[in-house]
Amino acid sequence: MKKLGMLTIASFLAAGAAQAAGELNIYNWGNYTSPELIKKFEETYDVKVTITDYDSNTTALTKIEAGGHGFDIVVPTHSYMQIFVEKGLLMEPGIPEMENFKHVSENWKNVEWDPGRRYSVPWQWGTTGVAVNKSIYNGDINTSAIWLDPPAELVGKVNVVPEMQDVVNLALMYVGGEPCTTDKAKLKEARDVLMAAKPKWMSMDYGMTEKLSSGDVPASVNWNGSTFRARNNNPDVAYGYPKEGYPVWMDSAAILADAQNVENAKLFLNFIMAPENAAMISAFARYANGIDGSEAFMPEDMKTAPEIVVPVELVAAGQFSPACSDEAQAFYTAIWTELQK
Amino acid sequence: MASAAERASRAEDVRRYWALCAPALFLLLVGASGPLLIVVVYSFLEPGDYSGVSWRFTFDAWINVFFQKDIFDETWGVADAHLTIFWRSVRLSLLTTAITFAFGFPMAWFIATRPQKERALWLFLVTIPFWTNLLIRTFAIMEVIRNQGLLNTALMGLGLIETPIQILYTDAAVLIGMAYVYLPLMVLPLYAAIDRFDFRLAEAAYDLYASRWRVMRRVVLPIVRPGVVAGCILVFVPSLGAYVTPRVLGGGKNMMIGNFIELQFGQGRNWPLGAALSMLLLMIVMIALLAYVRVSTRKDAHGHGA
Repeated sequence: MKKLGMLTIASFLAAGAAQAAGELNIYNWGNYTSPELIKKFEETYDVKVTITDYDSNTTALTKIEAGGHGFDIVVPTHSYMQIFVEKGLLMEPGIPEMENFKHVSENWKNVEWDPGRRYSVPWQWGTTGVAVNKSIYNGDINTSAIWLDPPAELVGKVNVVPEMQDVVNLALMYVGGEPCTTDKAKLKEARDVLMAAKPKWMSMDYGMTEKLSSGDVPASVNWNGSTFRARNNNPDVAYGYPKEGYPVWMDSAAILADAQNVENAKLFLNFIMAPENAAMISAFARYANGIDGSEAFMPEDMKTAPEIVVPVELVAAGQFSPACSDEAQAFYTAIWTELQK
Repeated sequence: MASAAERASRAEDVRRYWALCAPALFLLLVGASGPLLIVVVYSFLEPGDYSGVSWRFTFDAWINVFFQKDIFDETWGVADAHLTIFWRSVRLSLLTTAITFAFGFPMAWFIATRPQKERALWLFLVTIPFWTNLLIRTFAIMEVIRNQGLLNTALMGLGLIETPIQILYTDAAVLIGMAYVYLPLMVLPLYAAIDRFDFRLAEAAYDLYASRWRVMRRVVLPIVRPGVVAGCILVFVPSLGAYVTPRVLGGGKNMMIGNFIELQFGQGRNWPLGAALSMLLLMIVMIALLAYVRVSTRKDAHGHGA
């Protein structure tokens, strides 16, 4: 009896150990992780990967801070990276020493929000601009006027994605201010522009990949990759980079401080820095990835896509916005509340 | 002496009674009141950095529910954004209640007047929407009313309209969605009340030369009133806190309370204000329920409790 008991316990322990060695729990944005990439990782390292979705940085932050989540990897936007680091939620897994770190593009190696890439590796980066159905409006779309002062054809037909940070940043840049400013004159101007534009909008909603494709929404503030996917379904959809200024962002993958499968998580971070794997991420979600040499493995249409290749004259208008100070955040929320009342 | 023993045994009964109830009471206290208590406490704290709360006591959140400092010239005024949102929620919920009643009463009447063995089938049909998730039902409604959806395509195909009618993302869309979702909650209590109605009373009223309208107003409605009130409460209360329907069908341009509370816990990073707003919502619901209790106990005098 006793022997049997010992045997059972031993087999449980063995099973437990084998299981722990072969698991990885990724917490990432919805509809953002390439299934082929995961399949390849699972087959290469004999690891069972579980993916859980979130819809905003705040959701991710709140859930992780609460503890007991069981996730190993999270993919926050640059503006949230410092918050994650300050709160001690991330681990320093020695990324610069990893084998594939050499593939990370020089531009993305020493970034302001994670100097020296101590915590995170590039996942994808993109821009927030405007998507317009050219069969409805065929004028200049490289301007925020598309949604802040819509042309007659688009009045009452514009959607604005309800991302407070992106929307207020775009409006601030439209009136000549800086993202996260505390300059009240500029903030007031931005609020007035937004309030005047709101009656000309149709909705403030997510899910624009589908709605732009189907033609239900003729114009929207939207992200470049989502617009790219919409254009693949509906050739009339085009992407504009507001010349007044537009937000540039990067989502980076990092290991959580309380991760259970640290070794597998490290393998994964190294894995996604390999050009052919980074290319799989981009081929799925249609954003650029910041890994040198990945272009060679990407689908042909990624290399020339106007949603990915920023026109030379509009590159300078793109801005990385930091995480706002509490003071600036209070202004943002007040403007946002007024806008949505 | 006997009475002493009796008292002892009764005391023992009481002890056992409490001991047996204790686990349930404990669960109720911790499971139901505990989370609520946390919300109350949070509403008196300061917002934490980036999210959460910091443990400093303040009335700020509650003051901010009703008053706001203008963000630009620092003068205090009534928080009209909050009041607008609350008023919109109450208005849409009342309208939803009225619409579901307008459709639900004839429906319940129809079912209650079918032959006994058919009624189960009709009731079963009413409950079919509950088989699937609220979100899926809401998306189904969206599929019907969107610009390239069923309704507009059909109308355009018939040549009745030239361009699609914009229903999606309007208050009308929210109303359609909520009325559809909450209709069964109105029909079921109405049916229960009408089912018990003694139709001989209506016959008697007709014999006394009452018109149809008069029979409805003076005989039927007073008797089925508990069912009407229960149905209205069951529709009004969840409508008030509705989140998914206004979010999906309203297009998020105009918020309802539920969406506004979510904003405070999410992108707004102001948990205490969110907690205070939740408590306010709870109070409004409580008032509605108290009104219900008063109405239904008054009916008890006539022997028709809910």
